[in-house]
Amino acid sequence: MSEQEKRVGVYVCHCGHNIAGTVDVEHVAEWSQHLPNVVISRDNKFMCASTGQEQIEEDIKEFGLTHVVVASCSPHMHEKTFRNACARAGMNPYLFEMANIREHASWVHPNDRDGATNKAKALVSAAVHRVIHHEPLEPMQVKIRPETLVVGGGIAGIQAALEIADAGYHVYLVEREPSIGGHMAMFDKTFPTLDCSACILTPKMFDAGAHPNITLLTYSEVEKVDGYVGNFTVRVRKRARMVDEDLCTGCGSCWDKCPIKVVDDVFEAGMGYRKAIYRPFPQAVPKYPVIDVENCTYFKTGKCRMCEKVCPTEAIRFDMEDQYVDLEVGNVILATGYKLFDCRRIPNYGYGRLENVFSSLEFERLTNAAGPTEGKVVLRDGETVPESVAIIHCVGSRDKNYNEHCSAICCMSSLKFAHLVMEKTGAQVYNFYIDMRPISKGYEEFYHRILSEGTTFIRGKVSEITDAAHAPDEEGKLIVVAEDTLIGKQRRVPVDMVILAAGLEPRADSQAVGYMFGVGCGDTGFFTERHPKLDPVATATEGVFIAGACQGAKDIPDSVAQGAAAAARVLGTISRREVALEPVRASIDESRCSGCRICNNMCPYNAIDFIEAEGVSRVNPALCKGCGTCVAACPSQVITGAHFTFDQLMAEIDGILVDVTGEMPLVTEVI
Amino acid sequence: MSDNGTFEPVIVGFLCNWCSYRAADLAGTSRMGYPATLRDIRIMCTGRLDPTFVLRALQKGADAVLIMGCHPGQCHYQEGNYKAIRRFVLLRRTLRQMGIDDARVQLHWASAAEGVRFAQTVARVTEEIKALGPLDWPHNWPNEDPYALQEANS
Ligand SMILES: Cc1cc2nc3c(=O)[nH]c(=O)nc-3n(C[C@H](O)[C@H](O)[C@H](O)COP(=O)(O)OP(=O)(O)OC[C@H]3O[C@@H](n4cnc5c(N)ncnc54)[C@H](O)[C@@H]3O)c2cc1C
Ligand code: SF4
Ligand code: SF4
Ligand code: FES
Repeated sequence: MSEQEKRVGVYVCHCGHNIAGTVDVEHVAEWSQHLPNVVISRDNKFMCASTGQEQIEEDIKEFGLTHVVVASCSPHMHEKTFRNACARAGMNPYLFEMANIREHASWVHPNDRDGATNKAKALVSAAVHRVIHHEPLEPMQVKIRPETLVVGGGIAGIQAALEIADAGYHVYLVEREPSIGGHMAMFDKTFPTLDCSACILTPKMFDAGAHPNITLLTYSEVEKVDGYVGNFTVRVRKRARMVDEDLCTGCGSCWDKCPIKVVDDVFEAGMGYRKAIYRPFPQAVPKYPVIDVENCTYFKTGKCRMCEKVCPTEAIRFDMEDQYVDLEVGNVILATGYKLFDCRRIPNYGYGRLENVFSSLEFERLTNAAGPTEGKVVLRDGETVPESVAIIHCVGSRDKNYNEHCSAICCMSSLKFAHLVMEKTGAQVYNFYIDMRPISKGYEEFYHRILSEGTTFIRGKVSEITDAAHAPDEEGKLIVVAEDTLIGKQRRVPVDMVILAAGLEPRADSQAVGYMFGVGCGDTGFFTERHPKLDPVATATEGVFIAGACQGAKDIPDSVAQGAAAAARVLGTISRREVALEPVRASIDESRCSGCRICNNMCPYNAIDFIEAEGVSRVNPALCKGCGTCVAACPSQVITGAHFTFDQLMAEIDGILVDVTGEMPLVTEVI
Repeated sequence: MSDNGTFEPVIVGFLCNWCSYRAADLAGTSRMGYPATLRDIRIMCTGRLDPTFVLRALQKGADAVLIMGCHPGQCHYQEGNYKAIRRFVLLRRTLRQMGIDDARVQLHWASAAEGVRFAQTVARVTEEIKALGPLDWPHNWPNEDPYALQEANS
């Protein structure tokens, strides 16, 4: 089609008063009539309404439009809507372009009618100049493998795995620790119902372990990911357990007899011990132990082999080696959870220095009936029952020095602790909070319950926790210093025990894991969802979804909901069997490629291969995500970025400067 | 130039689809006002920004170019913005040799959540360009069309 034969239709939307209140919409439509190739230009109250869409369809047929421009809201809002309208009238949907005159004009220049109207014209002109260079594109169809990889076996990952497995598809659940369960397995009671954590988690862990559609890969980590939606290949390193899973019955003779005691920093949060051969907790799934080779005497000195001697099924294998398992999966769900803020980072709170300052996870273990004290709330000496306890909210959260975000669960876990301390010890409890934020269902009610139980609430940020007494009643105590902002007074509260409600942070390796799967991390370091409101479980990489606390601090109900939501998205793609990928892809004109290979290393997805035999580079369209970096880098200018081509962008620049270049003034009278 | 003779700069913006374009959308939905001097063009990533685009905009009469992308480390394509930084530094060096003030071509970051930052950046750049006055490259370099030079070289 020659340039002259192109016939563009322009539609300028009022969006009720949203655009028309500031931009002179009728005038813009009238002005646009004079832009090159425009055969019809209209304004319309609501373009996205069925009447607006039908107008486009009718005009395409009646005026033989070859290209369409809609000037309305952001393409992130309605690009799909209008592309579909064009497609219904038989036009290739990629021959459409949008001008954003609402978010980028009327809404941001409310007091500048002329400025907003002129800007709207420039944006419409840019779109018209650009659209005539658009070419028909076809979305790429790729087949979806029905298997799914779930990374992280906390509650979010378990939920996601079970949903998919129950729907009849296979799941590989990869967990770094020897058992699935995540943080929830460490808790005794869960807010706001105070039901027993193990009682609700264990059945789910068991189901996941026994499900015919779930392959558990525990004590394992993903090493490498290749491929794209529908066809990922994943290499998993299965660390050697030193225990033959086919023979082991989980009887426990080995860890009973193992002479080496190790502080358990993971499951016991440093509060208790495990052996060198261990199973993190009794309900662990799978039930098999692992040998921690860094601490096992046999691996250190060549002597011992006690476990081997006592194992009735001869399941111990000292010569076991790490194994690599290659998986092929169609979709991935990341559910790697969070790590607790390290309270040592706030030196004035004394954690790690003052013995009876505990972190929240330490307290969880202390109060757990299966924990190191069998659930007795006592001081570090293991016997003294505290008479007064301070619980500090927001430690490492909502603080520009550490984490700006609210960790969402600490108010509630602090209330839970207040209840448990009072119930178990009768101690006087002081909760120091900045704001009380019990926001979910049943949470405010729980707060009122704790209020009525007699906890003292002090509103104010704690400046210091010290053992330097200023008065006789402070001797031998921890003194919590804070400004009580409700009475405007500095307070010193002497207590026996302090619990720091530490915030939730992204995993230390979240950047690296995200990088491997093509998922970014936001300001906070948590994985970035595709859209914060409308697409909270998808990511920028098609086929990779996120669920649970790896996406942002959240409680168990929200983690479960997100796990299920991610599973639903995966099931959706599986049942479609194919997905359509946006055809925004790079391609190389091989006849003009000089073979310099500059583009090869530019691509963040390794989508460009060098074909030795032909001496040219080639883009694998299934791997390319269309960023365009190679397009801008090619010194021979032979890489085309579909839908963002050189010609299209050059024309858009010329069009956006239509008045400055002298092509057409922005004021109609002159025309 | 507006009717009353005050200089209203024309700034061409290149915004990456994932962060800064969405930041501009957010500035809109949150009704944060800023001067109507920016005319923005969406690219998928700042890594797509061919320096030629910047030259073209200036050569066609823009007073300034504002490139905005995701914060370093947060590019949706992982590292496109690092590529953009490198090209930007080189481009600016070239422009400096042509006597173009650094303020006329700027690179900034705004995440999808930073509507305020986006609006403030546009306002600040506008003030800087107002202070500098018009660039008027087409008339200042009538015989040296940088884009034509670039084309001749390729
Ligand atoms: C002190 C405290 C008390 C709490 N009490 C409650 C409560 O009472 N009620 C409530 O609703 N919420 C509570 N929470 C919040 C709760 O812990 C979280 O909502 C929940 O654990 C999030 O689940 P998850 O599966 O997303 O993450 P996690 O529980 O952190 O699980 C993630 C799993 O992924 C694994 N993993 C991580 N990285 C990798 C990797 N690269 N490869 C393989 N595996 C990996 C981890 O080993 C872990 O098993 C509390 C939190 C704290 C800190
Ligand atoms: S940069 Fe351009 S010329 Fe060099 S190998 Fe890649 S496509 Fe070919
Ligand atoms: S457009 Fe981006 S993703 Fe595609 S081949 Fe080029 S550099 Fe790689
Ligand atoms: S996507 Fe925003 S800079 Fe790359």
